[in-house]
Amino acid sequence: MSVQELEKIFQDRIDSEIRIEPRDWMPDAYRKTLIRQISQHAHSEIVGMLPEANWITRAPSLRRKATLIAKVQDEAGHGLYLYSAAETLNISREEMIAQLHSGKAKYSSIFNYPTLTWADMGAIGWLVDGAAIMNQVPLCRASYGPYARAMVRICKEESFHQRQGFEILLTLSRGSADQRRMCQDAINRWWWPSVMMFGPNDESSPHSAQSMAWKIKRFSNDELRQRFVDICAEQVKLLGMTLPDPELSWNEEKQHYDFGAIDWDEFWNVVNGNGPCNKERLAARVQAHEDGAWVREAALAYAGKKRQEKDAA
Amino acid sequence: MSQERWPLWEVFIRSKQGLDHKHAGSLHAADAKMAIENARDVYTRRMEGVSIWVVESRHIHATNPDEAASLYDPANDKVYRHPTFYDLPDELKHM
Amino acid sequence: MQTRQALIDYTLHLADNALILGHRNSEWTGHGPILEQDIALSNIALDLIGQARLFYQYAALLINKTPAADPTSPLNHGTAVTEDSLAYLRDAWDFKNCLLCEQTNGDWGKTVLRQFYFSAYQFYLYGEMQKGKDATLAAIAEKALKEVTYHLRWSSEWVIRLGDGTAESHARMEKAVGELSRLTAELFLPAQYERSLAEAGLAVDLLPLRSRWEQRVREVFEMATLSGGAGMLTGGKEGRHTEHLGYLLAEMQFLQRAYPGCEW
Repeated sequence: MSVQELEKIFQDRIDSEIRIEPRDWMPDAYRKTLIRQISQHAHSEIVGMLPEANWITRAPSLRRKATLIAKVQDEAGHGLYLYSAAETLNISREEMIAQLHSGKAKYSSIFNYPTLTWADMGAIGWLVDGAAIMNQVPLCRASYGPYARAMVRICKEESFHQRQGFEILLTLSRGSADQRRMCQDAINRWWWPSVMMFGPNDESSPHSAQSMAWKIKRFSNDELRQRFVDICAEQVKLLGMTLPDPELSWNEEKQHYDFGAIDWDEFWNVVNGNGPCNKERLAARVQAHEDGAWVREAALAYAGKKRQEKDAA
Repeated sequence: MSQERWPLWEVFIRSKQGLDHKHAGSLHAADAKMAIENARDVYTRRMEGVSIWVVESRHIHATNPDEAASLYDPANDKVYRHPTFYDLPDELKHM
Repeated sequence: MQTRQALIDYTLHLADNALILGHRNSEWTGHGPILEQDIALSNIALDLIGQARLFYQYAALLINKTPAADPTSPLNHGTAVTEDSLAYLRDAWDFKNCLLCEQTNGDWGKTVLRQFYFSAYQFYLYGEMQKGKDATLAAIAEKALKEVTYHLRWSSEWVIRLGDGTAESHARMEKAVGELSRLTAELFLPAQYERSLAEAGLAVDLLPLRSRWEQRVREVFEMATLSGGAGMLTGGKEGRHTEHLGYLLAEMQFLQRAYPGCEW
């Protein structure tokens, strides 16, 4: 069969919502796009553990400590599910991690912002996880089977994260003057980076059309962003706080919120490595990996010895 | 430093007594013992299981999707294997 | 009255052990040698913090029912004591955890060895405690024993794997034994509150546990090709700690101290 014929069969399957599985024929560009997207997503989960792990040892109550550990641990799990999904596309986890450490692979820029107060644990849960869920739910129907299945599992686990975050903010919003100030400050710092999590505007998002055709992507960046703003603009009222956007206002005609212009210079600045914590985040990942090398090697050596002993017996 | 890595394992979990083990996902581990423990820690954090199987991924043999037509399509016209194929009077009970 | 105070101290000792070691383990979350093990150690941290909460809740119950003998006690500010006030508002000299629990993580080898020593201790301790006369402690021990049984399995395997892995891992484990083994004697040296309660069957008599624990360590070390350590350092159970605990508490208690009296 010619490549054109194979591509036609492939696209027909996608159009009729039949999932693509690992051993099926797929265009090389589809495979590469998936590897890029899934590994980037996995890296985001792993790097995303760091800003929150930063507060595990300072969590203000035993209940908060336990739930924060459980949440950061879930992120490790999510990274693991996603690396596994990518591994079905003939790339090893080790290779993907090497790409992360060399700076070749990207991760979500949101994790290059610092967590400065306890309220950031709330703001991350509410806004960052909220934006992530908005992005992730449609991916449960992604055309690539292993990716879609990983996303189903992730979305199931993710729902407690956002609730946990909102609960933290709600408690602060009902607390002392300092706590309320902390709460508003965190919302102020996390709002715009969260809005940016949906990526560039549709007109400047080059890969989107192809990803839509391949059903790796189901909604455009701007569609999802609008949905996110609409939901948060209402939820913030329950906190008695405000979103840091003077132009935010309900548009009766459109039945959506209007919001201010995004500072894309800041967005690209952070993407290109100049955010407040880019270097620290990557350095922490590299160090964990390097410090763990002797452990991984020893476990393998031990397993090899035991296998030999068994074979000899 | 050795370039070898921990092999990949497939994890199968029985969610409750009476049900089959079902593929849950995969993970890396140095040996079978560790693979089972990792599977416990990774895939049963929310009471998802009562029994775990692991098998190293390289030991799984699979059919080739190119042969799907010859392997699975021939079953399509064997509807007589299904009970509804047989036309019997309504008065006949318990069959 | 004396028994009541001893029971409070004993319960706090059990809680502090679990909290401090759980806290140390949670420092690894996000920094483990491989994702699978990052998740595994976080699970152990969660189990230990869960145990700590149950013990603190019981201690709080006992304290709140007891008129304070010492009106200057930090636990006697007129408001009810909670699991959090016990964890977050006591200073190092009030903490009764064993010195082993507060030691810094070091490398993965030191962390798994610390866990192995302590899990083996908890395994025999809880095994006896679930048969004890205090119904609440017995119930907590019964639940926690299931968790600890797994911790012991997991940590034993890691000690064996690293002890008998590569030359480097073996050397690192020997070094960890050198650092930690002198802190294990304290596990079996009863504090005043343990002695007085043990007579009444309310606390576990530690002396008979020691040989069982030593036997277990010997077996695992033999498979791990490790030699035992020597020396002895004690004091944690009575509130005399190493310098490490102060820093741990300064970090852990920061928010509660900086913004007193808040709900979080």
